Amino acid sequence: MSSFLSFINDKRVRDWIYQIAAVVFLVGLTVFFVRNASENMVKAGIASGFGFLWRTSGIEVPFVLTGYTQSDNILALFWVGVANTMLVTVIAIVLATLLGFAIGIARLSSVWLVSAIAGAYVEFVRNIPLLFFVLFWYFGVIAALPAPRQSISVFGVAFLNNRGLTIPLPDGLENLRIAGLVILACVLAYWAFSVWARRRQARTGQHAPTLRAGLVLLLAVPLLTLTWAVLATRWDIPALRGFNYRGGFAVIPEFVALLAALVTYTAGFIAEIVRGGIQSVSHGQTEAGAALGLRPGQVLRLVTIPQALRVMTPPLTNQYLNVLKNSSFGAAIAYPDVVSLFMGSALNNTGQAIEIIAMTLAVYLVIGLAVSALMNWYNARIALVTR
Amino acid sequence: MNRASALSLWRERLFGTPFTGFITLVLAFAIAWVAVPLIRWALIDATWTGSTRADCAPGGACWVFVRARFGQFMYGLYPVDQRWRVDLAGILFVLGGLAAVFAPHRIRLEVALAMLVLLPPLGIWLLSGGFGLRYIETREWGGLMLTLFISIYASLIAIPLGILFALGRQSELRVIRLISIVFIEFWRGVPIIAVIFLASLLLPLILPGGIGIDRLARAVIGLGFVIAAYMAEAVRGGLQALPKGQGEAATALGLNYWKATGLVILPQALRISLPAMTNEFIALIKNTTLVLVVSILDLLGIAQASLADPNWVGMNMEAYAFSGAIYWLICFALSRWSRSLERKRRL
Repeated sequence: MSSFLSFINDKRVRDWIYQIAAVVFLVGLTVFFVRNASENMVKAGIASGFGFLWRTSGIEVPFVLTGYTQSDNILALFWVGVANTMLVTVIAIVLATLLGFAIGIARLSSVWLVSAIAGAYVEFVRNIPLLFFVLFWYFGVIAALPAPRQSISVFGVAFLNNRGLTIPLPDGLENLRIAGLVILACVLAYWAFSVWARRRQARTGQHAPTLRAGLVLLLAVPLLTLTWAVLATRWDIPALRGFNYRGGFAVIPEFVALLAALVTYTAGFIAEIVRGGIQSVSHGQTEAGAALGLRPGQVLRLVTIPQALRVMTPPLTNQYLNVLKNSSFGAAIAYPDVVSLFMGSALNNTGQAIEIIAMTLAVYLVIGLAVSALMNWYNARIALVTR
Repeated sequence: MNRASALSLWRERLFGTPFTGFITLVLAFAIAWVAVPLIRWALIDATWTGSTRADCAPGGACWVFVRARFGQFMYGLYPVDQRWRVDLAGILFVLGGLAAVFAPHRIRLEVALAMLVLLPPLGIWLLSGGFGLRYIETREWGGLMLTLFISIYASLIAIPLGILFALGRQSELRVIRLISIVFIEFWRGVPIIAVIFLASLLLPLILPGGIGIDRLARAVIGLGFVIAAYMAEAVRGGLQALPKGQGEAATALGLNYWKATGLVILPQALRISLPAMTNEFIALIKNTTLVLVVSILDLLGIAQASLADPNWVGMNMEAYAFSGAIYWLICFALSRWSRSLERKRRL
């Protein structure tokens, strides 16, 4: 009896008992759910398995990037949804970063009114639900835009109206492809040059004109090639025929509304991250940089920004993942993203709830895990090396 | 600060240098250009009294619409003669909260626990009926009342679960830690809108046949699980901020794990994480709007649905302005409170 008591009072033994109990409980719960699900599915006459993916979908999608048509299979529909989710996510991240950095820096402006306006924007945006913005942009702003005949013209090539945005489409991609390759070569050359310059400076102390090289390689050459490519390509410019625009590429209003909502909302959060990041660099750092004889621009570029970026990177990554997850808010206005197309339409048509939900969640989980892994690697690389 | 120095402070702020003054002037004009038409629309040219759309002057806001619909914005389609039940439930929750906060220190924990055990079932009974009260189906609930109901009941699921999984993530037991990490990262990695779909589709499927589960309850459970994962991360922040010596001292005093956690670690850790948990609660209020996708009409849903009323065509701006202002006020007040908690802790 006493040996049993001392056995049960041994911490290691009890730890094992707790862990085994937790596992048994989890497995039991899973078995219970799976048995219920299979019983309920048999009753409802639903076959399980992924065979349904190769059935013809028959679902019409108003916004397709992949060349999908109604007669393709459901797997193709899934990829349409994934592509649309990625498209709006990537564009929203780029625009929200630009707007967020601008507002975050304005928040720190020495001109009181500038920082007050930036602060008001942040407080306004952060305390209102994102879905509100999505609905507001869609039913409040886009729906209130003029009809196609009175479209708002953007430099005479793109047209914004209550049916969305029509943008020009290039007839051929050869020139643009050449421009892309030239720009890629420039970026690689600049990277190689700056690595070489840094090594040489570390070895000999000689300074190389990286800024000037950057201006030429990253700004002047790409701009010139792009201008040439745009001018040399024949563009299909939309034109008003009858009641709507023909030609060009029609961006559906749902995309415009979702993008506008994601950008305006996320920018408020990014602005706070930028402000916090810059403020986290202590004033002594700036002063030390100045004492070393660096010019204010150099202090900003070499002292403040690298340290601020280290603080900003993890929360920024979080925001970017939030944009990915929040792009699913488009389901509320029927933007054909993966949630609304696959979890909505395809699920309604096939009834394969478990398989479809698993595939949809997997999209977000896989991208999220990949980004986290990338970020952990990056963080480990730039983290302060301490003793 | 006397008036003269206040004046010079503002002159310095707005017109300190010629450049500052120039920017201030340009921005002031820009603000006026936006604000003047907005104020004219919302206040000066607006119509406040009347009963139909015809009473509204064109060009201004038609607040008559909001007045006519006020009951719906607050209670949804809840029967008018039964709305006192919602009010009573709200008052009871506020009184319960106050009782827990202002109870004498000796019995505060007991009072708080009693409120936690008594109030939630009492609230559900008052709202849905039974035992002498008329049954009111959740289909008829809506508006601000539903927003608050979902937020409160989802956090009743989320906070205990979140604390449990935060402790699990810090646990020495490897299996428990792994289970907690998988739970937290799974729910944090998926969009909330997908979780609401998932809850409304999967819950009836995985429960034994014949157990019907109310669609509002499904949404609350789904939201509760996601927010639990976010709450767990907020609590983990507090657990990690607590000096390790606290736990070691408790163990040295001979307390076992649950006593050390319950009496020493959690009371301090939760106080540290309260601001972060409040921020998660704000996020929950904002995300409650997503129940729209399973046709449950909270405040934003009711505002959106009211746009389809043929008697009130073209009231988009009024509906959005009113519902947006309510969300903003609630979330702004909570975020200020959370910030003041944070500041108090830092001092």
